[in-house]
Amino acid sequence: MLQVVCIKQVAGSETRVKVAGDGKHLDTAGVTWILNPYDEFALEEALRIREKMGEGEVVAVSIGDAGVPTTLRNALAMGADRAIHLKSDVPSPDPLAVARALAAEIGPLAPRIVWFGRQSIDDDQAQVGPMTAELLGLPGASMIATLEIDGDRAVVEREIEGGREVMEMQLPAAFSADKGLNEPRYPSLKGIMAAKKKPIEEKPAQLGEPNLEVLSLELPPTRSAGRIVGEGKQAVAELVRLLREEAKVI
Amino acid sequence: MLELKEEHLQVREMARKFADEVVAPRAAEIDEREEFPADVVRRMAELGFLGLPFPEKYGGAGLDTLAYIIAVEEISRVCASTGITLAAHVSLGCGPVSAFGTEEQKMKFLMPMAKGEALGAFGLTESGAGSDAGGTQTRAEKVEGGWRVNGSKIYITNGSVAKYVTFTARTTPGMGAKGISAFILDTATPGFRVGKRERKMGHRGSDTVELVFEDCFVPKDNLIGDPSTGFKAFLRTLAGGRISIGAMALGIARGAYEHSLQFAKQRVQFGQPIAKFQAIRFMLAEMAMRIEASRLLVYQAAVLKDAGQEYVKEASMAKLFASETSNWVTDKAIQIHGGIGYMRDLPIERMHRDAKLMEIGEGTSEIQRLVIAREILRDD
Ligand SMILES: Cc1cc2nc3c(=O)[nH]c(=O)nc-3n(C[C@H](O)[C@H](O)[C@H](O)COP(=O)(O)OP(=O)(O)OC[C@H]3O[C@@H](n4cnc5c(N)ncnc54)[C@H](O)[C@@H]3O)c2cc1C
Repeated sequence: MLQVVCIKQVAGSETRVKVAGDGKHLDTAGVTWILNPYDEFALEEALRIREKMGEGEVVAVSIGDAGVPTTLRNALAMGADRAIHLKSDVPSPDPLAVARALAAEIGPLAPRIVWFGRQSIDDDQAQVGPMTAELLGLPGASMIATLEIDGDRAVVEREIEGGREVMEMQLPAAFSADKGLNEPRYPSLKGIMAAKKKPIEEKPAQLGEPNLEVLSLELPPTRSAGRIVGEGKQAVAELVRLLREEAKVI
Repeated sequence: MLELKEEHLQVREMARKFADEVVAPRAAEIDEREEFPADVVRRMAELGFLGLPFPEKYGGAGLDTLAYIIAVEEISRVCASTGITLAAHVSLGCGPVSAFGTEEQKMKFLMPMAKGEALGAFGLTESGAGSDAGGTQTRAEKVEGGWRVNGSKIYITNGSVAKYVTFTARTTPGMGAKGISAFILDTATPGFRVGKRERKMGHRGSDTVELVFEDCFVPKDNLIGDPSTGFKAFLRTLAGGRISIGAMALGIARGAYEHSLQFAKQRVQFGQPIAKFQAIRFMLAEMAMRIEASRLLVYQAAVLKDAGQEYVKEASMAKLFASETSNWVTDKAIQIHGGIGYMRDLPIERMHRDAKLMEIGEGTSEIQRLVIAREILRDD
């Protein structure tokens, strides 16, 4: 059983984010790159399915520049069998372009399951998974919390507002993983060595024409320092007045 | 900064994550209770830490010394007790068999240790033989089919948790450092027992015990290395362990520095973060510089060892410089923290206690200076 896991390289959460000179993109200088944490859940689940079945192949696919193989190598160290690097120098291409490039690559592979993380922690759009599923004509479920596979049938549970939703569908299908689907493993030291020998195939990413344009990217305004309005009970009235009249939050 | 290969970066990332998520939460507790972290060691075994630099055919991960050094650094950054447990197992427990063992010995002893199924320890120190290993009194007498051993070893890391102990004993009376040989022993052998358990200033989660041999029979196949090539050569090659002490010291220093950096930015006195005071800034700058210099020395020694080049002097320099750095840095870290740095609520005072061992174990600072001087003067 072939499973494809789409992964993205993102800036680690401890990175101090800077906007590039064009005011539209991230300045990538000095950024420490990591495997998007939600994609780790997806990869882990794919590996567990392969281990449970005792057969099959897990292929990691990623779109991006020359830095991407490092992240793909991490996926291989965790246990993916091989990787495909779809090369592109376009900084943060739009979700539909990414979905098209992924679908063009994944379609001919005819996997049983296509995996995504629920969203990337940088752009937070959560669009690539559903769009790719649509382009591939696959049934899909996003942000899944559990997955049971029985032959050609898959049953998933999703956390929804105030409850759980259970869905059943036919394989092949596409899923996006939510946090809590599993606990991703650490790549073992043998896994790190083994990853050196696993292949990473390189191809150009067929992103096509951009579908939307980023006009500007701005950092949130720096928070101004707080103010102490007084002490004890007598300060309450003044605080309420300021919250109402100055901050206008109540 | 010397450039790391992709696999070294991966080992660093993985070891750092493992250290933060699995090792760090246990650090204060095992120090407080003087508890050996068997649970953490089991996790390390599963992930392949215990056989990190040994070839796959002996059950190891097939990585190199530099990768191992990076792992020790990352783990010691959050918990030196766990760091020394790993380093004593790999460098001292597995090291001698890997360097001097026969193919059969490697299959029999190195394999289970590298796979993480058995822990290893190394017993050199005795009450009368510390810096001067020539004072070894433990006696191995030739008997039918092997050796009969009597004597004791002290301060042995992993001594009571190890399945295999490599130890030194005198096979020929007199003769100083000559006439001493090394053996490996299954600790289930009759005549072997664990004696006094030490109560320590630091590294309190690590196992440090006395080993006692009473008419303990060691089969002849358990002799390690050729006695005729001499014990001195044996000790020289153990310089590898010194690189790992350097890595531990580097890790401890980094842990204390990172805490200090964060604290200095947050702690406000006289209306501003203390990081704005020049006195504090200068301490942080000095810490960063000494840590960077330590890292370069430690990594360089590892790279030389991996390249099969001479590294005795470099290992001693790395161990000495990094261990003195760890003591200086942890001392200043308490200073930057002020009163709370002295309290057990924060890990800083623990790091200071842990750092002290770095100047003593595997050759004191004085012995390192002796080694470096001998290497540069070449006059003995
Ligand atoms: C926590 C811990 C774990 C340990 N783990 C192990 C282990 O796993 N295996 C093992 O075999 N040993 C182990 N040791 C022992 C350690 O290696 C010795 O303590 C160390 O080598 C010093 O020996 P000593 O304690 O006898 O000190 P001594 O040799 O008595 O030294 C006392 C002082 O004299 C100085 N000195 C000695 N000779 C000279 C000289 N020629 N010139 C100048 N100064 C000199 C020393 O530097 C030191 O300052 C451990 C020790 C500790 C504390």
